[in-house]
Parts: sequence; C-alpha cells; structure tokens
Amino acid sequence: MPVLEQLEHEKTTALSELESARSEAELEAWRLAHLGKSSPVMLAFSALGSASKEERPLIGKSANAVKLALESAYAAKKEALRQLALTSSLEAERLDVTLPGRALRRGRLHPLNQTLREICRVFGDMGFQVYRSPEVETDDYNFTFLNMPPYHPARDMWDTFYTEKEGVLLRTHTSPGQIHIMRERAPEAIRAILPGTTMRYEQLTARSEIEFVQVELLVVGKGISFADMKGTLNDFAARTFGKDARTRLRPSHFPFTEPSAEMDVECFVCGGKGCGVCKGSGWLEILGCGMVHPTVLEYGGYDPHVFSGFAAGMGIDRSTLMRYRVDDIRHFRNNDVRFLEQF
Amino acid sequence: MKAPLSWIKEYVNLDGLSIEEIARRLTMTGLEVDGILLVGLPKPEGEKHEFKYEGLSWDPQKFVVARVDEVMPHPNADKLVLCRLNDGASEMIILTGAPNLYPYKGIGPLAEPLKVAYAREGAQLYDGHQPGQVLTRLKRAVIRGIESFSMICSEKELGISDEHDGVIILDADAPTGMPLADYMGDAVFDISILPNMVRDASIIGIARELAAVTKRELREPQGLKLGRGTRLGELVSLEVRDPELNPRFMFGMIEDANPKPSPYWVQRRLSLAGMRPIDALVDATNYTMLDTGEPLHAFDYDLLVQRAGGSKPAVITRNAAPGEKLTTLDGNTLTLDESMELVCDSAGPLSLAGVMGGSETGIHAGSSRVLLEAASWNFINIRKTISKVRIASEAGWRFSRGVHPALTEYALSLCLRRMAEWAGGKPVDGVLDAYTRLQVDPLVCLSEGEIVSALGASIPLEEAADILTRLGFGCRVEEGQLLAQTPATRLDIGEGIIGKANLIEEISRVYGYDRLPAARLSSELPAQVGNPRLDMEERMRDILVSVGLQDTVAYRQTSPEREARLRPENTPDPTLEYVRIKNPITPDRTVLRRSSLATMLELLEHNHKFRPGLAMFELGPVFLPVEGQLLPHEALRLTIGMTGAREYPTWQTKKPEQMDFFDLKGAIEALLKGLHVANISFRPAQHPSYHPGKCAEVWAGEQKLGVLGELHPLVREHYEFDAGAVLTAEFDADLLIDLSQTLFDHAPISNYPSMLEDIALIVPEETPAAALEASILRAGGKLLVNARLFDIYRGEKLGEGKKSMAYQLTYQAADRTLTDKDAETIRNRIVRALAREFGAVLRSQ
Repeated sequence: MPVLEQLEHEKTTALSELESARSEAELEAWRLAHLGKSSPVMLAFSALGSASKEERPLIGKSANAVKLALESAYAAKKEALRQLALTSSLEAERLDVTLPGRALRRGRLHPLNQTLREICRVFGDMGFQVYRSPEVETDDYNFTFLNMPPYHPARDMWDTFYTEKEGVLLRTHTSPGQIHIMRERAPEAIRAILPGTTMRYEQLTARSEIEFVQVELLVVGKGISFADMKGTLNDFAARTFGKDARTRLRPSHFPFTEPSAEMDVECFVCGGKGCGVCKGSGWLEILGCGMVHPTVLEYGGYDPHVFSGFAAGMGIDRSTLMRYRVDDIRHFRNNDVRFLEQF
Repeated sequence: MKAPLSWIKEYVNLDGLSIEEIARRLTMTGLEVDGILLVGLPKPEGEKHEFKYEGLSWDPQKFVVARVDEVMPHPNADKLVLCRLNDGASEMIILTGAPNLYPYKGIGPLAEPLKVAYAREGAQLYDGHQPGQVLTRLKRAVIRGIESFSMICSEKELGISDEHDGVIILDADAPTGMPLADYMGDAVFDISILPNMVRDASIIGIARELAAVTKRELREPQGLKLGRGTRLGELVSLEVRDPELNPRFMFGMIEDANPKPSPYWVQRRLSLAGMRPIDALVDATNYTMLDTGEPLHAFDYDLLVQRAGGSKPAVITRNAAPGEKLTTLDGNTLTLDESMELVCDSAGPLSLAGVMGGSETGIHAGSSRVLLEAASWNFINIRKTISKVRIASEAGWRFSRGVHPALTEYALSLCLRRMAEWAGGKPVDGVLDAYTRLQVDPLVCLSEGEIVSALGASIPLEEAADILTRLGFGCRVEEGQLLAQTPATRLDIGEGIIGKANLIEEISRVYGYDRLPAARLSSELPAQVGNPRLDMEERMRDILVSVGLQDTVAYRQTSPEREARLRPENTPDPTLEYVRIKNPITPDRTVLRRSSLATMLELLEHNHKFRPGLAMFELGPVFLPVEGQLLPHEALRLTIGMTGAREYPTWQTKKPEQMDFFDLKGAIEALLKGLHVANISFRPAQHPSYHPGKCAEVWAGEQKLGVLGELHPLVREHYEFDAGAVLTAEFDADLLIDLSQTLFDHAPISNYPSMLEDIALIVPEETPAAALEASILRAGGKLLVNARLFDIYRGEKLGEGKKSMAYQLTYQAADRTLTDKDAETIRNRIVRALAREFGAVLRSQ
C-alpha cells in the first residue's frame, strides 16, 4: 500500500529533518511542515474517507503512530533546544567570581570596647552588676579611703596627675568606685564590676600609656573568703581563656586589700612553653586582687568584724594588647583607622 | 633591690635549689624577681626559663684564679707590663696595661704573689675598651712585639661593674687554678620591693623569707657586743629635740681605723648590689645597710672636734632654720626649710637627716676616728623632705618607707664589727642611745575560726605559728588562740582586726596561695539592678556601628590651644574654665577636654589621608568645671564625624561621590529612630564652627539634643583636610539616654493593599521641606501612611523663587482595600491644605 509506505517515508524524513533543527524558528517551521494542517500525516488523516474499508484501519493506525512519534520527537527536541538555549545564555552570563566584592562601609566597635563588653558579660553572668564613678576624683577617694593616708609610701605605686584644685586629681585606678558603691549600698551585699578610664603620669611609650581602661570587681558580704575570690577569678579565666586555662596567684601588695595577690594565667599564645608575649616565662599577669582591707570596709560603711569581701582589678588595654599581640599600646587611643579596621 | 646570690647564701643554706627555683620561691613569697643577672654562674639548663637572664657566664675551662709571681717592665712600652703568671696548670708571661700593677713593676719576684682573675685563649668576655657591654672572644695577637693570647681581667670584662681602670686583685686566699665561676661566680636577683615589705630591702630580710618558705635555718650575722661603758659619752654629746621626728638616734665609735680598700669580696658584692666601693669604712656602712635595711652614716670624728674648736662635739637633731644651707656629699648646696630635720653640731648642719650626709664631715683618706650614726626617722617627714629637695639616695629610699627603730642597735653593732675587721680599728667602749619614743610592736591574736573564715580553708594553728615563727614572730598557742608578737624589724603589722588581716596575709603567702582552695561564691546574690544607662550607651554604639560608623576611644587630656582650633579666631576662649592639670606630661596635654568635637576633628585630620572616606563616632565624657563645686561635671558626649567619599572606589565605582550634610543627617536619623526618641526636629542654626547655611540643631520637643553641620571654611583652614566637606555632630548623650525609650508602640502592618500616587507641588523657594512634609501628613490623615520626597526641581518654567517638590504618597487602610475615590479625596485634601498654608500649586499632571 503506497499510503503506508508514504507514511513510513514521511516519518523517516521528518525525524531526520528534526535532527537538524537548530533553533526555535526552525523547529516551528518543522512543526508546520510535519504536524501542520497540510502536513503529510494530517493529509493522510483527511484522506482516510477515501480509503477502502480494509485499508482504513490500517492507514488510520499507521498515521496515528507516525503522528504520535513525530509529536513526541517534537516535544523532546523542543525541550532539548530550550536546554541548549539556557545553557548557552548561562554560559554567556558567567562572572569572574574572583573579582573583589563591593566594598561596603562597615562600622566596628573599638577593640577596647569589645574586650570591655566581653568582660562585663562574663561577670554579668556571675551576677556582677556594672557600676561607674567619676574620672576626676578627690584625693580622699583615690587614696585616703583606700587605706593610703597622705604621704603613705604605697602612693608611690601610682604616678598621679593632680589638678590645680587642691585635693582633686585624675583617678589613677577604678578603686575609688569601691568607696562610692559601698557608701551607696551599705549594709547590702555587693557584687559589682566597675569599669572606667583611669589616668597615670607615665611617659607615653609603646609600653606605657597616660590613659587606660580598667575594670574592678568588688564583692562585699558576710562570709566572703579568699577561696571565693580564687574560685571566681578561676571561673573568669576559664570563661575568657578556655576551660583548661591554668592560673596562679602570686603574693603582692595593694594597700586596699589584705591579703593581696596578682593572678597570672598560663600564656595563651604559647601554652606556657615560653614565647615573646610572655617574655619566656610562660605566664601572663592579668589582674591584681585581694581581700578588701578592714580599713576600706570601714570607710565604705561596713563593719569589718561582720563583713568581708574581695576586689580585683585588671587593665583592659593590657589584656587586649596581649590578645592581639599589639606591639604599641598607643594604637588604642590614636584611633588610626588602619588599626581599628582590623578588629 | 639587687641581691647577689652569694650574699643571700651566707645567711641561708640554699643547696639543692637552682637559681631559677630560688627566683621562683622569692616571687611566690611576694618578692617579685624582675630579672636575673648572671655574673659568672651558668644559666640553668633547659629551654624554658620563667625569668629573664642577662649577663655573662664564665666558662670553667677558660676562666680561672691565677697567681702573678712577678711583674716586669715591657721592653717597648711604658704603659704595659709583663706578668709571670701561674694558672695552676702552667707558668706563662702575660701582657697587661693595668695601672694597678705598675707599683709591682720591676721589684722582682713578689713576696706575696697577687691573685688575679685570668681568662685563657678563646674565653668569651666583655670588651674592656668599648663603651657598654660588647661581647668579644680572646684571640691571639701580637702587641708591641709580644704575643698575647689571654688576659688578666678587670671587673668590666667579667661583667661585675663598669670598672676598667685596673685589673681585679683577688683576696690572697683565692686558690690558684680554681675555676673562677666556682670561686666567685654569682647571680644577682633584681627584686621589686613592695611597699609593705620594705624590711626585705635587705639581704637578711630576703634570706629570712627564703628560710621561711624552704623551712631552712636563718643564720643572721652577729655584731659586736656593744659596750656599756661611758667613754663615748666623754667624747661626744647627743641631743634629740623632737622624738616625733627622730624616734631614735645612736652613736658608736671606732678609733685607729685605716680607710684602706675593703677585701675584694666586699667590693664585689657592693658592686653587684649597685653601690660603688669606696674604702673599708664607708663600705662597712653601705654593706651593713644592704644587709639589715638600716642606713648608717659615718662621721670623721676629728673633723667634728675641729668644728667644735677643739672641744667636745655636741650633736643635736633638730628642725632646720628657714633658709639654712647644707652642702651634701654629692656636692649640691641645699636651701632648707623648717619642716626638714637636720643632724647638727655647734657649727651647723652635718647632714640632712635620713637623706644625705654633708660634704664637710664625711670619711676621707686620713680618717682614723669614726663616729657612726644609726638612727630612725619619721618616714612621713622624710618623704616630705625628699619631695622638696628631690634627692634620690639609698638611705632616703629606705627611711621614707619606714625603718624599725630597733634596727639601729643591731646595725650599729654589725657595722662596728665590720669596720674593725676591714679597716683594722678598735671600737670605743660604750654607745650613745637617744630612744625616748619606744616603738610598740603589736601583739596579735588569731583563732583558727578566723583563719577559716578569711581563707575558706583551715590551717592548723600550730602550722600557722610555725610559719610566723620562721618570719621572726614570737608565737604561742593558748586555748585555741594564736598569739603572735610582731618582731622588732617590721612596721607593717597593725593592731586588732587589721593586725589579724596582716597575719593572715603572712600565713597564707608562706603557706602558699596555690595550696589554698577555690570555691564558687555561695553568699546571697545581691539585687540585680542592672545598668540601664550603660545598656543605652551600648545600644547607641550598636546602632552607629550598624550604619557603618567606626567606634573610637578618645584621650581626655588636651590643651586649650588644641580646642581653640574649633574657633574661627583660633585662640582660646579666655572665659572657658578648664580642669587644669598641675603636672602635665606634655605641653599639649595641660587640661581635660571640654569639647569632644575638637577630639573628633583631630581624629578625622589624622586619618583622612589613610582612607578615601571616614565615618567615625566617639562616646565619652567632657569635663566642665562647676562654680562652687570641687569636682567637674562629667558630661557624656556623643560625637560623629564624617568626611570624604561615601563608599570606597572599586572596579565598579571608580569615582564615588563625596559625603555631604545629608549623610551625617541620615546617620543621626537612624540613631534617633533606633533609640525611639520622640518629637525630633532639625532646626536651622548658627554655630561658630559651622558653615552658616549648613548647620542644624536637633531638638526633641523643646529639649536641644545637639548640633550638626559642615565645618566652617575658616575653621577648616586650621586643620589639614583634603577637598570635601567635613561633617560633624555633637550630642548631649546624657539627654539622649534620658529621652530614649525601650518601651514603645509598634505600628500595625495592614493586610490590605496599598496605593501609590505621585504628586508634585510648586512652592516658594524658602518653604522648608520638613514643614511641607508635616502638612502633607497632617492633611492626609491616617490613611496616608507615608510621604516620600523623591525629587526637587527648579527651572524657568516654574518661575523665579519657586521649586517643585515631588512626593510619592502611600495610601493604605487597616481594614479595607482603598478605592480610587478614597485616593482622590485624600489627595484633594492635601492639595487644598498646602495651597492654603504655603500657596502651593499642583504641578501639571
């Protein structure tokens, strides 16, 4: 039957033509030619009426099969062409992902404020509340009430900036805050952290500053012991330097504490082996501490026979310096953006 | 305090402890070792050293004690001599130029051979001819025709002192051939003396601490038994006018002394301790001071007699007369005032008490009768005197920190013994002792319960007593109480509860802080009050950081001149009161700042060349003196500074735009919104530092928060800036905190669609945008949820003095979808209101 052969021929021809279609337009031309109203397959359908009764089902079946084959091939080709187009457009949009990103202006906290926040948070978790007091102080608060009457030799430990007003100075430590808070709270228990800027008459060098930030701790209550101090400070060290941080307390002297100690933490740079940061000793001095001196408790309004407490003080500049191995302490207050941007 | 190991070891046996271990023990007892100077001894083995070591180790193979049997002239050089030297192994000829060998030159074999420190070929030592300490290695060389390969050493070459005028002559009993390090190798501990441990500014004190922590025996040196005879009283009289200032004064005397050089080991120890050896008499006073902590002073008795016109000298301690003068040992003439204490005789001042001796009556080469002073002075008075005369002396250092009066007697007896031994004198029988104001050493009692509550750990009273006994306390335990008598060497132990705290410190530091337990605070947690103001400060920082500003920390110290740069005239405002620093560190830091703006401009100036654009802020106090008030008002200021490009140039944005007034205002608006400060308005303002047309005040209701603006061109000239506006703002941060709200109503979000509409209004040029916007919002009512200015246009078509302001309006209802009719109603209301209020005309649509 020539019709069946023609249909078979049409299928072969159409499929082979479809192969060569390269674009949407070519595909559409193909569709009109082979699946359109006047395409051989469709014509075969319309010619069915004139076919013999025997041939009709055969031709119909064959035409249907060819139509389905062509339609499915068309669909597949269409999808393939779409994929191809997408692939090529994606390829065309390819970026050099190694080019630098847009330079967004980012604000940052000053490194000292970062350290300060962290320390306040750590102690805050332990129930210590932040208390602040003035940077310009009276001689009484800075020295006398802290068990250093006028001409006390321990005053030499602090090189002091005096103001032209008699008895007024720039506080050399945050410890005057101890007296302020005690007088405010007595006889309530105290667990406070006292941060602030302090000033000392020093030569400005890479290692010494005239202004720096200190943080002081103060605990006053009934039954506070040296063991409480040691435990609290060990917990602080564990929170700050890692849970396995080793510490040691060395005897020292501060007029406002008795007994007094300095706390060293095993050097976090070298792990205690000895390096440039710890100057080979394996230890870094991080804070001074001690049990509040009876005289100070008394000046603060607490009966030393009933109350006891501990205090500790640390330099924020120094600990920040050690942490980032900053070689010049003056960087912190020079505020050079090239320095600040690194934090 | 520099403490030579050999000296400490004389009083406590430290066998079996390395230098490192000794330093650690010292540090852990409160005598912090800052560094260790090796003078011959080897550095401890191992890689890790807790302490800093300096100095020179003497190779035992290369440095030995040698004997010089004969000193011969050099054939070709007057200034050189040849020594026939025996180093224990062989005899050889050694070349040297030491002037102290000249006296022996050419006198033939020495009856008493000289013992010297001898360095063999290859020895490493300091170069004697170069300033400072420069290491060198001995090499063979030919000097003036004689081969030289080794040398007899000076102190400088061995690292003992700077002395290089001659070679060291060792004591005669030095064993020839012994390695020098074994004979006199040493290590010097540099110890920081804490203010409450002044008693340990002494070798005996340091040895006592070591003996206590190592539980070894302390062997204190013994002085002469002081005679009770009357002869001294016949030779000199003594009067103390004010026992308050001079609690004790003692005289002892030695006669027939000869101020020759001290034994070499004495000289070496003094050098290592940082004092210059002089002669046996002066050295004995210095050596005894370093030993005991009690400064001593030696007078030439015959000079005193001379001053007394041949009669019996009468020594008086008294206050100086105003304007009285004294020339001290170091040659300075002091003018004194009546607060200063003097040691005098009938002819006038002999010494500034406790600080420095006078030049006229000290020991000299011909002295043979020596009057030895051992006294105790009021430390506060000495401190005052030192701060006035500004003399640094070993005596002043100690007396100004407190020296126990009982030490005078011990030091006097020890010093007399040494003078007798080293200078060959005979003590005169008797002492003079003016001790009317007796020092009472506290007796402190302590119970085990008190120890437990202070330390959180129990230390048995017997152990506590043992520790205190080793520290010199007299202890007994009775009925559960430890009674401790303070030794007559220290002034740091108080009475009563203070004394208890002092004892607990003594016990715990020797017991070892590391042995004490650690506990978590078990006491009641105090009320958790928080610190809302600080929280708000931190919030300010966070907001400003989030909009791209860099946080900074500022110096408080500045100068009026630096702050004057803010003023167009560039001169300080004479009416401004400052907190003035009495002892400024530099001329540009004479006051505490009043202006944080000045600080910010300095920061921008410093940084502008490093980055194309800057945006920074600072939160910190300024210091404003208050009339009639002792302390200044510390007012918190928030300061913002911006200048330069808005963004960094990149390959995408090659020429970023410069920031202007509105960048600054945008940051401020973000801040104020973030803090929920209500009723904000920006009002045009005048400020001397700012451009008159680009300056505004920020108000919250009727309270002024701050000022912002672009720096005035005249002010700008006082700073070094590149082109581009310099934008700054300064806020009263205390007020900002007061007006910030942590509780506020949020605006509900509508689920119904919004409508957008643009309108452009032609208004007179002087119409402020804020007023226009306020009217639009007011007229729009609650269905107008936003009015956004998106364009400003000026042009001929609008006519002179007119501008067109184009707004995008957003209409939205909370409960329904708005219709075009709604929009029209609102728009018409707005247009009518603006026409009425500003004469605004709708620009053709």
